[in-house]
Formats: sequence, C-alpha cells, structure tokens
Amino acid sequence: MAELRYQKAIGRALEDAMTADPTVILFGEDVAEAGGSFGATKGLREKFGAARVFDTPISEAALAGAAVGAAVSGLKPVLEIMFMDFTTLVMDALVNQAAKARFMFGGRCAVPLVLRTPHGGGLGAGPQHSQCLEAWFAHVPGLKVVCPSDPVSAYGLLRAAIDDPNPVIFVENKSLYASKIDAPDELPAFEVGKARIARPGADVTIVTYGGALRTALAAADALAGEGVEAEIVDLLSLQPWDEATVLASLSRTHRLVVMHEAVEAFGVGAEIAARMADIGFDELDGPIVRVGAPFMPIPFSKPLERAYMPSVENLVAAVRRTLA
Amino acid sequence: MTRPKPKATTGVPTGRNNPSEISRDHLADLYGRLLTIRRAEERLQKLFADGEVPGFIHLSIGQEAVSVGVMDALRDADTIASTHRGHGHAIAKGMALEGFFAELLARDEGVCRGRGGSMHVADMKIGMLGANGIVGAGLSIALGSALAHKTRGTNDIAVAFFGDGAQAEGLLHECLNIAALWKLPLLFVCENNGWGEFLPTTKHLAFQLGDLAAAYRVPHTRVDGNDVVAVQAAAHRIVEAMREGAGPMALECVTTRVRGHFEGDAQKYRDPDELAALAALDPVRRVADQLAALGLGAAALEAIDAGVAQKVEAAVAHARTGTDPSFEAACADVYAEGGRA
Repeated sequence: MAELRYQKAIGRALEDAMTADPTVILFGEDVAEAGGSFGATKGLREKFGAARVFDTPISEAALAGAAVGAAVSGLKPVLEIMFMDFTTLVMDALVNQAAKARFMFGGRCAVPLVLRTPHGGGLGAGPQHSQCLEAWFAHVPGLKVVCPSDPVSAYGLLRAAIDDPNPVIFVENKSLYASKIDAPDELPAFEVGKARIARPGADVTIVTYGGALRTALAAADALAGEGVEAEIVDLLSLQPWDEATVLASLSRTHRLVVMHEAVEAFGVGAEIAARMADIGFDELDGPIVRVGAPFMPIPFSKPLERAYMPSVENLVAAVRRTLA
Repeated sequence: MTRPKPKATTGVPTGRNNPSEISRDHLADLYGRLLTIRRAEERLQKLFADGEVPGFIHLSIGQEAVSVGVMDALRDADTIASTHRGHGHAIAKGMALEGFFAELLARDEGVCRGRGGSMHVADMKIGMLGANGIVGAGLSIALGSALAHKTRGTNDIAVAFFGDGAQAEGLLHECLNIAALWKLPLLFVCENNGWGEFLPTTKHLAFQLGDLAAAYRVPHTRVDGNDVVAVQAAAHRIVEAMREGAGPMALECVTTRVRGHFEGDAQKYRDPDELAALAALDPVRRVADQLAALGLGAAALEAIDAGVAQKVEAAVAHARTGTDPSFEAACADVYAEGGRA
C-alpha cells in the first residue's frame, strides 16, 4: 500500500498507457512544459519526448478536430481541454465528427480518442470555469463519458478510456485533484460502463458520481445517526451507465435519490430517474428525488457558490422526502 | 539535384495551359479520370431527379480538374479530408464506383453501408477520411492526419479540401497557424468556385487566401483550377517539396460551380451571362480539345467516354440490385467493440 493522489493517479495512468502503447500521444494547452494546469501531466514530456507530449496554441476547436484526424489515422490521442467550460469550442469535432465517424462510415473505422477535462465548482472560479456539462456529451450517441471519484478509479478508468476504441470524455472533478487514498501498488483495472457500491445500506439508494460522492458519503454518515442506512452507488461511467447495478440496489432498498453537482434540470439524474421509474416501477416505495445544482450559472462569490453547490443538507432532506 | 521549392504567389492564376508539359498518355489518363467524375455526377443528377437518390446532393460538375489534378500527385497512404461537395475527391482518390453509387442509393453495399450518403462518403483504406456535412470541419481532421503522418515519421501528406466559403470559418485560421507552427505536411486546397451557397465570394470575404496564407507564412500558389495540367503540375511540385519536409502549403484552384449549391437549386441569384459563359471554361472539354490537338482522334476520345459510361452504368445497375441496410447492424455500429475489461 502507498498513498496515491488523484492528480498523480492521472499522470501514472498516462505514463503506463504511453509505455504500453507507442501510438498514444498527449497534447493540450500547457500539458508539456508546465505539466498541466493542475499538474497532472508533470514529467511526461521528459519521459516520452516532444513528439508524443506537446503544448498547443489556444485553439480548442482545431485541436479536437485534429484528435479525430489523428485517431482515424492510426494514433490514440489524449487531448486535455483545460476547463470543461471550454468544451463549448470543441462541440463540432466531438458531436458531428468523433461521435458519428464509426457509424456513418459503415462501421469501418474507429475513433480511439480521449478528451480529458476538469469540471466542478468550489474554487471560486466563476461562471465560465466551473460548470459540469457532462450531460451534454452523454446525450450524444457514439460518445462515452466517464467520471472517476477517487485516485484509484481515476487511474483505472483513464487506462480503460485510452484502451477503448471509441471517443471517451474523461471528466475530472477539480476538487478531487488534491485528494489521496492508500492504494495497492498494483492498481486494479476498471471497466467503462460499470458502477460500484461505495457504501452498502438497506433503506435508500443514493446514486451519484465524481466529486459529489464525498457529499453523498457525508450525508450517509449523517443519516446513519438517524437510523437510516443509505446504499451509495458510485456510477463512475455516465455513458454507458450501469443500469443493472442501480436497479439491483433499488430492488434492495425500494427508495431512490439521484445526486450530482451538475444543474439538476435535464441532467444525468433525470435520465436515471426516468429509467428507474420505468423498469424499476414495481420496486419503488417512494418518489424518486433528484438533487442537483439550481437552474442558474455558478456564481463567483464564496457564499453564493456555497449556496449554489448541492450540499449534505440538500441530500439528507431529499432522502427524508422519499422515506416520508 | 535540388528540387525547386514552391514560391508564394498572390497574383493572378499562374497555371500554364500547355499540354505538351505532360505526355499524351498521361493527359489521356487524366481525361479518363475527369470523365469518370463528370459522367458519375451527371448520372447522379438524373437519379436524384428521378427520386432514386434520397437527401441532398451537391455536385462538383465544373470542378473536376481540382480533384483529378491534386490526386495525381498523391499516393494511397496520403490522406484527404473532403467537403459537402466531395464526390470528385472520393472518386479521384480511388473509391470504386460500385461502392460509391451503392452508398448514394442508400444500399448496404455502399462504402458506408447506406448510413452516410453523399455528404459522408469515406474509405479509410484509401486515405479518404470523409466528405463532410459541416463547412470547414475537414480542415482540422486533415490537420490531425498530418500530425499522425509526422509523428509516425513517414513522408506521407494530408490534404484538406475546402471551398472559398469555408475561408470565413475560424477553423481555417486555427489550422493554418498550427500547421505552420508545427511544420505539418498539410496541403490546404481551396476550391474557389466564386460562390458560398447563394452568395458570391465577394460578399463573404474581406481578404484573399494568398494574403491570409502569407500572414501565417504558408506558401500559397494560385492556379486555374479548370486546367488539369496546371493543377497537376502545381500539385506535383508542391507535394514533392512537402515530402521533403517543406511544411504546409496552400494551393488555391480558381474553378467554376456549374450546378446549384445543391441539386434542385434553380440558381436564380446568378447572372445568366455568367452561367452561359461556363461552357467555355469546362475543364473536361478543355482536355478533350488538347488531346485532339495532340492527334488523338475522335474515335479514340469517344472510346474513352464509352468505357467510362459503361463503368458508370454497371455501378448504377449494381447499386440498384443492392439490399436495404439492416437497422440491427446499424445499431451495432454506434460503438466499436473492444477495450480493456
């Protein structure tokens, strides 16, 4: 066992993937000489050289298109987009090109690219450096979306994303970069599309992912004090998402709350709630309740941002509602 | 022997209309390839009018010399990214007519199994990275392909075809900058047909491509895009320099859009005199005249045409007897299988 930081886990996954596969290249704004805006790619330029790890101009649209072109020409590009808010600029390359190429070219090509990007608030970064936009990508057939919740899942999912023959959006929650856990020396493999039970419990299922997992675990502790045992499903993968694991948990607890940091309206939680209301209808003993951010941009001021972010209190209240 | 490097020009077309620069056999071969695109698109025009081709099609009639001339300088491993007006690019890069027509007729036997159609014909095996329904999108795909060629250490090149209208897209500027900065083997080929959808280029652009390319220090050559000899001569010279590491180049081909923006577009916005003058600029007719002047008889020219027409008809017949694509197979191809468990 050794202490593993989330940020280091990302770097280690990139290093191991690049060692294992010479077609993996890494590029983005300040990923090479500076080692990444959040330090995740430190040392990779020195280890793999400028031909495989390189800085780019501030040209997100062209870079994402280039990732598609490189992917259909035999490379496995890993592109970093510095903040998820900037993915507005790469939409054509991802939505019209990467997502559709395999399908619209008759299944005769693959687009093995990974776009890494950080999301999430809590840093006072304001309306254009904090958003959680993962639902946009999960809505596009042909894209995959994953969102690890700790250093071990970050390592395993990034390896899986790079090995995946499809375009994968790898979402890193900014508040997790400094987080650390004791991890085995040999890190376990993860599979895109598989959730895990982060905490077992019999009374209510809380489905969440990414940085919100910590809020959910804290809420579960608070609820345990009231005699309510919450089971927490950590989705890890949003597209595809692990319907079977969520349904199995719901079948044990008969109550469901879906929680994420992203805006609640039209979000990942809406999809899960709608699906479970359908295939899990007979298992439900209470309303499915969603907890997400309010329908507004993320404010800059600390008190405003705190009020905006879904909290332990919001989640505890939601659980009480479905148990009532 | 040192090879001459292409030099930047921003003036009038420099294409030399001198067929003696290439052999008669080479010219006859180019003629057959020009005719193949012409006859294929004329056939599509009729099939579309008869309701056999669904969706939208954008014909490149009048622009064939750009496809044939540029592709004459390329090899199989070179890659191209095309546009919504991409039939000529696909056929010139080597797409078989059977798979092409089957795709346009939405058959399972099509190059894209009937899922892409006219605006998405592609075949990675021949380096045809796809026609594209999004104006300018092919530029960055070709940029990435050029990056792949360079990263792998080959001297293959990537070509981005784009129209004059796409010059107003930000992607062109981003791609020029990156290609120049990283010295990528990317050839920017502008098919300047004077029209962006329903508006003349003069109402789209405040600049000339030569000036823009110069700003990024990308050498620019402007040729008569309806002169296949001039296009292929420029393309051979440029591509040779690029294979030796000269970095990105721009080739602007001044050409003519004979048909509308899309089939069914009555082009009421065009001056009848302009349309009437197009016949005299026909790139296919021009080569036929050159071959005749070089002593190729009418019978030989007709034989080339008949051979092309026969191939086109055979491809249409093959497409017509094709099968409808399977919905289940289509669903199975949204994602590629595989990856690490």
